[in-house]
Amino acid sequence: MSVRMPEADSAVLARRDKIVAALRTMVPGEGVIASEREMRPFESDGLTAYRQLPMVVVLPETTQQVAQVLRYCHDEGIKVVPRGAGTSLSGGALPLADGVLLGMAKFNRIREIDFDNRVAVVEPGVTNLAVSNAVAHAGFYYAPDPSSQIACTIGGNIAENSGGVHCLKYGMTTNNVLGCEIVLITGEVLRIGGRHLDSEGYDLLGLVTGSEGLLGVVTEVTVRILKKPETARAVLIGFPSNEDAGECVSAIIGAGIIPGGMEMMDKPAIHAVEEFVHAGYPLDVEALLIVEVDGPRAEADDLIERIEIIASKCHAVSVQASTSEQQRLLFWAGRKAAFPAVGRISPDYYCVDPTIPRNKLPLVLKRMREMSEKYGLRCANVFHAGDGNLHPLILYDANKPGELEKTEAFGAEIMKLCVEVGGVLTGEHGVGVEKRDLMPLMFSEIDFNAQQRVKCAFDAKGLLNPGKMFPSLHRCAELGRLHISAGKLPFPDIPRF
Amino acid sequence: MTDTLKPRDAKEAEEAVRWALGNDKALEVAGQGTKRAVGRPSQTDLTLDLSGLTGVALYEPQELVLSARAGTPLAEIEKLLDENGQQLAFEPMDYGPLLGGQPGQGTIGGAIAANLSGPRRIKAGAARDHFLGVTAVTGRAETVKSGGRVVKNVTGYDLCKLIAGSWGTLAAMTDVTVKVLPKAETEATVLVEGLDDARACAAMAAAMGSACDVSGAAHLPDHVASYFDGLPNAEAATALRLEGFAPSVKHRKEALAALMKPFGRVALLEDKDSRALWVSVRQVKPFAAAAARPRPLWRISTAPARGHEIAAAITPAAQMVYDWAGGLLWVAMPFSDEPGAAAIRAAVKSVGGHAMLVRAPAGVRASVDVFEPQEASLRALSKRVKESFDPKGVLNPGRMWAGA
Repeated sequence: MSVRMPEADSAVLARRDKIVAALRTMVPGEGVIASEREMRPFESDGLTAYRQLPMVVVLPETTQQVAQVLRYCHDEGIKVVPRGAGTSLSGGALPLADGVLLGMAKFNRIREIDFDNRVAVVEPGVTNLAVSNAVAHAGFYYAPDPSSQIACTIGGNIAENSGGVHCLKYGMTTNNVLGCEIVLITGEVLRIGGRHLDSEGYDLLGLVTGSEGLLGVVTEVTVRILKKPETARAVLIGFPSNEDAGECVSAIIGAGIIPGGMEMMDKPAIHAVEEFVHAGYPLDVEALLIVEVDGPRAEADDLIERIEIIASKCHAVSVQASTSEQQRLLFWAGRKAAFPAVGRISPDYYCVDPTIPRNKLPLVLKRMREMSEKYGLRCANVFHAGDGNLHPLILYDANKPGELEKTEAFGAEIMKLCVEVGGVLTGEHGVGVEKRDLMPLMFSEIDFNAQQRVKCAFDAKGLLNPGKMFPSLHRCAELGRLHISAGKLPFPDIPRF
Repeated sequence: MTDTLKPRDAKEAEEAVRWALGNDKALEVAGQGTKRAVGRPSQTDLTLDLSGLTGVALYEPQELVLSARAGTPLAEIEKLLDENGQQLAFEPMDYGPLLGGQPGQGTIGGAIAANLSGPRRIKAGAARDHFLGVTAVTGRAETVKSGGRVVKNVTGYDLCKLIAGSWGTLAAMTDVTVKVLPKAETEATVLVEGLDDARACAAMAAAMGSACDVSGAAHLPDHVASYFDGLPNAEAATALRLEGFAPSVKHRKEALAALMKPFGRVALLEDKDSRALWVSVRQVKPFAAAAARPRPLWRISTAPARGHEIAAAITPAAQMVYDWAGGLLWVAMPFSDEPGAAAIRAAVKSVGGHAMLVRAPAGVRASVDVFEPQEASLRALSKRVKESFDPKGVLNPGRMWAGA
């Protein structure tokens, strides 16, 4: 592990037996797990390169239990790492040696479905896909669809502000949640939002969404549900170069079309996927686009026609529109299996997810190829082309000494480049521990302090998920200090009226 | 008259706040000041006038992003986007006429600070949903940035969300980046005429629950219908807007008209009349402050299917317009000095949501809560958040809540 976590508090570890006993009084039965063997499955999340056994695992079932556990940890100065399904790709749910791992999996009920107001009220441990499944009988669905949707939970989606392939048109988690119940580290239970569209005061729901478990523990979520479009059609477009594919994406958006999904793959990804899924992808192209449009049949057919014309102007060498639902799903099956397909051709892979201004795509892909040669590691690219969110998959073998370190250096160099060209470190996977130490590429000390002061407003002792997101931690008292310097108007020439 | 500081660049804005901080002065943070009558009356010593920070710094239509200085006139940005077939999809509503000013004024920073949105809120979201990046001066006189210039980003806390809708109480924005989107090729409106409020909310719920992709759903009761442009008759109208490519709008118009038939008499508005109608909905035209003593005006956000229940619980002498499929109520109370806060707050409490007194004489706004009062722990948390940005209360102190 190359990322340093906050030093374990030996005084807390010394009290472990007492702490476990106290937690057992709050969450009875199998809700507290303390044996090393049973805690082993919790030692890492989706970023498996990092592992750490927690001090103890607690699996509460009620808001009251969550409040009690958090209040206890607050009073006793014990760190807490909240976790949904543990599918984070950035180590956001990585345990701490001296911390409670608070698993929310037992909060797995759908509390209410309200079609008249087009919302579902769910517990945070409900999986993303289960929300859509619960409303499917009435033709509704929940729009954000991260690739892990079969496993990842709504609570985790809130923590990470999860996206998916449809978010250019339908938004990320933050655009699709209306309310939540959240427990602060002090044990206070707050209700934020409801079934209405906007906030009565500060947009705390917007702040909590994407806060990576550092501000509170969500115990109920109200999400918006949408009626499914009547139909969806996809078109596969092959290009002789990445530049042409990038040009085509811009031209489609320039024509006023916001597709439901627009995904791009480079040659190594196309080959890996086609060998695995046999989706019918062309193998003689450098880049492949899947463009999906949805709406009434008349709209889908009209847009497919417009897109085909645009594609041919952008030097497309193959254009194939889906003619059946089965075929559309097959087109997607390839893209959705990109990670396992790459997993087949390499013992391990590592994925980062920076977003770049789309017009920098050819440059970034070219530089990535050069890096690939420099590090001697293969790299396959799949990405959300509409919003410029890259997913380079670096292929490596963890059993070869030094190769993980080399891979991480490669990933870091990609992210650095992306920030240099005007992009950001992460588009949807989160900072977690993985990108924590790269944050200074984007933020100054002053920026960090402003963010950490917000953290202090929620968690003054810094007990919730420490070691994630921020490269260095400061005490709230120190951050709160105000430095007043100027006693006179320092700009006498400023216009005054 | 209040003294004004008008910085010419972001650095001077930071210096102005530093000076205020060092001299125990409170600043009214303003763009063009078009919405200064919203909120609790100003308790500030000087105005920090950001309308001198103007200009679009970056506009890349195919990247769907635009960056501008916060004081750039909204009209200038909307014109530039329009010339490129794009728009601010959140359709910022115009408080000007409601507050006795001209339409078409205001800055991009002001639109974000008030988290403006319009009828398209139900489909496209509000300013907060399109606010990608910010540079702002906090009450600590520190220039802070958050977000970025790409449309998808989860790096660090989303401070943009916090600043949108904070009415200048957390930080003075100097530069903003927003997501922009293509304008629809065409639009049309399906009207259902003669519905009472409860039936109208049911019709709007049915329309929103269909696959017709409705991008505006408003109910304009009898007593206000004549104020709206584009309507064929001066009677209650439930309006459902469809936008998109022509073949799609044509198809959905037919499907939606068929779906609405059981609710009442259906009429159709084509492109031009439809646009005129929705501009007047966006301006809440019936409640423009034309009179010398305009009626107090409330803005209520609630669960859409229950909007009519709130309306029914308020005095019959109140006038109202429903937007957001029933989830947004504009309520004008009958007497200029009597906002009827108790009745409004009780009605909202029974259904859920919140109410804001957007227009009332300053004396009234000083004596009743303008923003919805929050439950104790939430209020305490909001106060801590305010203090984290602005510990000494330099920026718009007391505008949202007394003592915060």
